[in-house]
Amino acid sequence: MSHRPDLIVSDINAYLESQEEKGMLRFITCGSVDDGKSTLIGRLLWDSKLIFEDQMAALEADSKRIGTQNGAVDYALLLDGLQAEREQGITIDVAYRFFSTEKRKFIVADTPGHEQYTRNMITGASTAHVAVILIDARKGVLTQTRRHSFLVSLVGIRHVVLAINKMDLVGFDASRFHAIREEYVAFSTGLGLNDITAIPISALQGDNVLLHSGHTPWYNGPTLMEYLETVNIVDETAAQPFRMPVQWINRPDLDFRGFCGTIASGHVKPGDSLMVAASGTMSRVARIVTMDGDLGEAQAGQSITLTLEDEVDISRGDLLVDPRARPEQADQFEAHLVWMHEERLLPGRRYLLKCCASTVTAQISTLKYKINVNTLKHEPAKTLELNEVGVCNLALGKAIAADPYRLNRTTGGFILMDRFTNATVGAGMIDFPLRRATNIHWQAQQVTRELRSELMGQHPCVIWLTGLSGSGKSTIADALELKLSALGKHTMLLDGDNIRHGLNKDLGFTDADRVENIRRIGEVAKLMTDAGLIVITAFISPYCAERDMVRQLLPEGDFIEVYLNTSLEECERRDVKGLYKKARLGQLPNFTGISAPYEPPASAELVIDTASTGVEHAVESILQLLNVPA
Amino acid sequence: MRLTMTHLRQLEAESIHIIREVAAESANPVMLYSIGKDSSVMLRLALKAFYPARPPFPLLHIDTTWKFREMIAFRDRMTAEYGVDLLVHVNEEGIRQGINPFTHGSALYTDVMKTEGLKQALDKYKFDTAFGGARRDEEKSRAKERVFSFRSAGHRWDPKNQRPELWNLYNTHVGSGESIRVFPLSNWTELDIWQYIYMERIPIVPLYFAKVRPVVERAGMLILLDDDRLVLKPDEQMQMKSVRFRTLGCYPLTGAIESAAATLPDIIREMLLTKTSERQGRLIDHDQAGSMEKKKQEGYF
Repeated sequence: MSHRPDLIVSDINAYLESQEEKGMLRFITCGSVDDGKSTLIGRLLWDSKLIFEDQMAALEADSKRIGTQNGAVDYALLLDGLQAEREQGITIDVAYRFFSTEKRKFIVADTPGHEQYTRNMITGASTAHVAVILIDARKGVLTQTRRHSFLVSLVGIRHVVLAINKMDLVGFDASRFHAIREEYVAFSTGLGLNDITAIPISALQGDNVLLHSGHTPWYNGPTLMEYLETVNIVDETAAQPFRMPVQWINRPDLDFRGFCGTIASGHVKPGDSLMVAASGTMSRVARIVTMDGDLGEAQAGQSITLTLEDEVDISRGDLLVDPRARPEQADQFEAHLVWMHEERLLPGRRYLLKCCASTVTAQISTLKYKINVNTLKHEPAKTLELNEVGVCNLALGKAIAADPYRLNRTTGGFILMDRFTNATVGAGMIDFPLRRATNIHWQAQQVTRELRSELMGQHPCVIWLTGLSGSGKSTIADALELKLSALGKHTMLLDGDNIRHGLNKDLGFTDADRVENIRRIGEVAKLMTDAGLIVITAFISPYCAERDMVRQLLPEGDFIEVYLNTSLEECERRDVKGLYKKARLGQLPNFTGISAPYEPPASAELVIDTASTGVEHAVESILQLLNVPA
Repeated sequence: MRLTMTHLRQLEAESIHIIREVAAESANPVMLYSIGKDSSVMLRLALKAFYPARPPFPLLHIDTTWKFREMIAFRDRMTAEYGVDLLVHVNEEGIRQGINPFTHGSALYTDVMKTEGLKQALDKYKFDTAFGGARRDEEKSRAKERVFSFRSAGHRWDPKNQRPELWNLYNTHVGSGESIRVFPLSNWTELDIWQYIYMERIPIVPLYFAKVRPVVERAGMLILLDDDRLVLKPDEQMQMKSVRFRTLGCYPLTGAIESAAATLPDIIREMLLTKTSERQGRLIDHDQAGSMEKKKQEGYF
């Protein structure tokens, strides 16, 4: 499995030294089903002599058993990893392959070609320098080709190889090759893809993969391998302003305080001025510390530890930057967003956003439109489903320093995570910061929440009743308010139906509307507690995420979640409003418990089973929790 | 200065980034230490990641009690030298049941002493994140493995329920009872590992180097007579042969290869010119195609 067997045999030390100077290239292959993508990668692995005899034996056996080449070696079988996929004959995830030549080590992100694949392609492309886009010479530029190219441009890959495959099946026809190339170039320049190299190949036969083909005397360009070995990827990031996200604070003892991170862009050397992007605090680099000794300079891609000349307050998530090019600090951004989860985007829901080493909460404040990845047309959207791409405004819980993604893939890219399932649900690319937020400042008020509360002689809070329709929320809420009023407390009851007649009459019962419904109620409840009131709410509020969002709005301890744990059977038996009956007849879509989910709270302050507990008793247990003597 | 980093320096920087990310975000991380060459590289990267401090997590060795004696000696020497914390866990239940590789077969033995032992240790210390030294190039099913591989409660790996990984942004969040296995060497190949060991002069267990050792041929493999628990069958014979090991594990299950490669460059040369892939020396993979995938679903690394 070698590249220079002669040197390995004659002088292994010289060989090893030559290998230490090797560079690395990451690329992604994009193609539709049957474009010959797996065959091409298999061929690259094969031709770079990375296939061992035992693997070869297994490949030959597999080719006979389940191959698609009539018993001849099916290179595609080298790649399919998971057993289930092997049997289905499609790959459904990103696989990473490795091979190396004398000049470079290669990491190939191999993504499947079927329809549902935006998520995988974006994932594989996020770390790639080069995209190899496969086209079947018989079919030319297809819808899928446009989709792949759009995603490649979206994720910021600058170098594209147009591998026009299966040239053997069109008789190595030069005019066919040129026609496809011209059509592609015309289309892709609109996407901002400028560095495009078209190569006529046959993955199956090996033409122009490693060696120049005798079948294409009219082609003078590089073979695919020559291109991959020589494409100039001198990282654009090294030439950009210095950025290093602080990942870890290194404090072995009181005398050493180091800031660890991977340099996202630019260079740094001792003596350089650095700024903490968020605070604007300045200092100078004292040392670049590594276990192999201090460095005189370091650049993008290196994982280092910096010490500074001054005692500066820096923590994980801070961004150290070149003070001459300080990034924008904002809590609102416009971004392209790729949705990556089966559970659709809910605008208004708070997700966790991770950008470099910062994690903050984030809401999609406006979904401007989605982009049809096949036609590239903008379409109106209320949500994003799995594999959809949209442009949105994001509102963060806390300002972060970031760059536009087109300038810096590291400080401009982010992921969104669900706060309850912890799933990675989206990937985003910042377009630009929105300045609006910086112009709306909180108005300082002289009469405070505390003062109002004191005047009323009570501690304000929100008693949040949640449970299925018919679990008794309104009844208990009403009785509770009556009791509190009798005790001289100032209260306000927010009831689901009443609010929907007014404040929220524009909202329906889709997931997105339910989230917005609860968000507004939460904000109203918060304002009322600022006014000093004890607020009682009676809403189904089916999602943990939204109840928790309201909890986060309030000071700790002021959100009291009361879960009316009444079985669906019991609620349906009661059916006070006749809604279950309608729902069962299919006349009420998105009805909680029947056709929409209810997520019970994991840690409610109080759980009441109203099947076994009377109203009076329920009210008493809530009063006990409030520390109000009944 | 050079404008592009060499591939080994890039791999090194990426691995250090991953290791630091876990230290920063995980509540209770641990590094699995199998004593082999990949573990040696991973440990070196951990030392580099936190220098001049020590790694802020312990090492964990799942001792099946059937490791080569030289491995245990090496383990104790290295951890003492580097001053890192080492936890050793043995599945005592398996010991009580007398589980061993001879009478119970490699599959059951590995499941009880290695897979179960690992789960026990993770549960005992409540580790939520465990570093492992696996690489994507080792086996087909690993090509799709994430760097951060998510395990549901009960340590199960569900290939359909893994998180997309973009850029170098890792989602480290887990719910209670869930855990993550992190593979900082995911993008290294066997050749990268050897070249890095050579370049960095990383100490490795002497068993990797050829030496005349007592072996017996069994089931087509050369097994080292590491201690007197290996009893020769009537038709077997001890032979003195110059052998070395390409991978290290439990001695009765790990085949030696005949070799004269006694130095690192010799080993690398032999590897580069060889014709069989690395895992062939391990009995456990031979059962059936896709066996590693099954093992992983059950919690084996």
